[in-house]
Amino acid sequence: MKYVDEYRNAEQVKQLAAMIRRQTTRPWNLMEVCGGQTNAIIRFGLDRLLPPEIRLIHGPGCPVCVTPIEMIDQAVAIASLSEVIFCSFGDMLRVPGSEKDLLTVKSEGADVRIVYSPMDAVALATANPDRDVVFFAIGFETTAPAVAMAIAQADRLGLDNFSALVSHVLVPPAICAVLDSPDNIVQGFLAAGHVCAVMGTWQYEPIARQYGVPIVVTGFEPLDILQGVALCIDQLENGRGEVAIQYTRCVQPEGNSVALAQIDKVFRTVPRKWRGIGEIPESGWALRHDFSRFDAAARFGVEGIRADEPAICLAGAVLQGHKRPFECPAFGRECTPETPVGAPMVSSEGACSAYYRYRLHELKQADGKQDSREGEP
Amino acid sequence: MSDERTEGMHWTCPVPRDVHATVQMAHGGGGRVMRRLIEGFFLPAFGATEPGSPPHDAAVLEVPGGRLAMTTDTFVVSPLFFPGGDIGKLAVYGTVNDLAMAGAKPLALSAGFILEEGLPLETLRRIVESMRRAADEAGVKIVTGDTKVVDRGKGDGIFINTAGIGLVGPNVDISPRRVRPGDAVLVSGDLGRHGIAIMSVREGLGFEAELESDCASLAGLVETLLDADPDVHCLRDLTRGGLAAALCEIADGAGVGIELDEASIPIIPPVAGACELLGLDPLYVANEGRLVAFVPVEAAQRTLEIMQAHPAAVQPAIIGRVTETHAGTVQVRTSFGAERIIDLLSGEQMPRIC
Repeated sequence: MKYVDEYRNAEQVKQLAAMIRRQTTRPWNLMEVCGGQTNAIIRFGLDRLLPPEIRLIHGPGCPVCVTPIEMIDQAVAIASLSEVIFCSFGDMLRVPGSEKDLLTVKSEGADVRIVYSPMDAVALATANPDRDVVFFAIGFETTAPAVAMAIAQADRLGLDNFSALVSHVLVPPAICAVLDSPDNIVQGFLAAGHVCAVMGTWQYEPIARQYGVPIVVTGFEPLDILQGVALCIDQLENGRGEVAIQYTRCVQPEGNSVALAQIDKVFRTVPRKWRGIGEIPESGWALRHDFSRFDAAARFGVEGIRADEPAICLAGAVLQGHKRPFECPAFGRECTPETPVGAPMVSSEGACSAYYRYRLHELKQADGKQDSREGEP
Repeated sequence: MSDERTEGMHWTCPVPRDVHATVQMAHGGGGRVMRRLIEGFFLPAFGATEPGSPPHDAAVLEVPGGRLAMTTDTFVVSPLFFPGGDIGKLAVYGTVNDLAMAGAKPLALSAGFILEEGLPLETLRRIVESMRRAADEAGVKIVTGDTKVVDRGKGDGIFINTAGIGLVGPNVDISPRRVRPGDAVLVSGDLGRHGIAIMSVREGLGFEAELESDCASLAGLVETLLDADPDVHCLRDLTRGGLAAALCEIADGAGVGIELDEASIPIIPPVAGACELLGLDPLYVANEGRLVAFVPVEAAQRTLEIMQAHPAAVQPAIIGRVTETHAGTVQVRTSFGAERIIDLLSGEQMPRIC
């Protein structure tokens, strides 16, 4: 397949891995920020091609994983209303709220639909003037331009039966939160290529300067990721900490100006709560006052719904790289993709789900644990 | 964050959600949840045809003078018509293929219709005609049927159940329990066309190239394979849950390991592209006209050649082998030597966010 196969070339992958082994002289901890990268690393076994000195830590860049439980509760409350058609990206439906997930609400009779684009929700609102169509707007900077476009479109069309439950989150403040943590062990970052395709790289320059860490904007295919690692290690071994772009086929330093203008028109920066991490200042987007009539949380009066994560779920520690998924005592036992306790077990981009899917068997062999699945009724 | 939360080992599950109290979509998704439904409800109530024997697509019954295979399947597809097929064609080929997977030559089908009040009769006519054409193509007769009508809003236009019987030849014994370490694993064609074709029309994804479902009868291909060499160990048609679900079931049922070479698994570019875009793994995407075959390794090349010469096989390939090690699991070896596990999903795959 064009644009994919050339980045999975086995010979080049092996050569690049050998080069990284040659250039590495001491231990380094790198964090890949994006869940898409985590999935590729585990799926292709890329971490195993690296020298033992390099540890890859899986970052907070899985939108499903970092959406706080109270947003799921708000979504569940809105979706349960009979006049509502609740639209969501597919992998949000199974994330557990305090009591229910959206799939359960659907089985109880709610009209919950999977859409592939926020514009599909606008089309549904146009086609169903007697229903309230709500779009669950979660995700990083990648999904925000399409949501902004949908809101602007609904505004132009004068739709009064469309709204969005907005919980957008931003990568740079999350990187700062990781670096500011007293327990931080991350020395270099593979930044999320698609986020930077929208935003550019200018936001990362001050972070690299302030903390002296390499930040390499990296793609998602095996060769991309290994090249990102190589660029990062090269900086670390030579005592540099700068922004570099590996994913040059998509990312310009200034970003996508059309997308940025659309985002700026519709959203303003706000503090945002992250699952397992807590509130991070200036780390999210909410609707500007000009568009506040499209705010579903206000329209349906669910803003007051607050909830805390299961106190014991290790999602926060996993998302910041303090723990690995299999170090959680619930991993593969109480918490499986079928009965997820924390969000990282739900999305294909979640670190726990990636380890469960691709590594469970050998993890079980390694510690002789019983497979809890066999014991379930 | 504070490490108090992470270091305590006094873990208790805060959200008990082990058992679903009501039916969920995942109960029909072809994954782990559905398997538990079968093992927890249907098998205890009805018993197995051959106790201790792993489940298969059709039951084989000893009758005076020979062996009869029997199976049934119900079809609830939306939309009713899609590129490359329709619910009627699926209903005939689905049951024909299940019979073929037991090595049976299909003889006769029944057809039960649940019609929703308001369904245009012209739609019904098109579906029935499509069923007749499919039955002719598969060399089987539809000999009995039933019709029920439900109130508007209580059905999705039309649901169809078909049941079928077929004759199993004298030297044929096709079952997961015959799968042996050393067997070669073949697929009869490229994977994922049906699932992506249905998804692209159902969700209006508007891919540039219209993809057609692979919906087809496999009875002719199986007959040709068995005529050439009856010693096929196991066959399975790839439906819901795709190649992954079929192989996981067989590895589990036969108590063997299965190893695949990722580079040898045939997937056409439009399917691979759609899967990349949506975050789906093509190994889990549905098919309606593909089978996986387990044959002794020395017969693998000849089986491949027979498939290559048959019109129902499209880009067939030898994709892996059965192993003694890692019994019960399926592993894929990527082209640069890393391995990953293919596990039964809980329900259906969900498209990802970005």
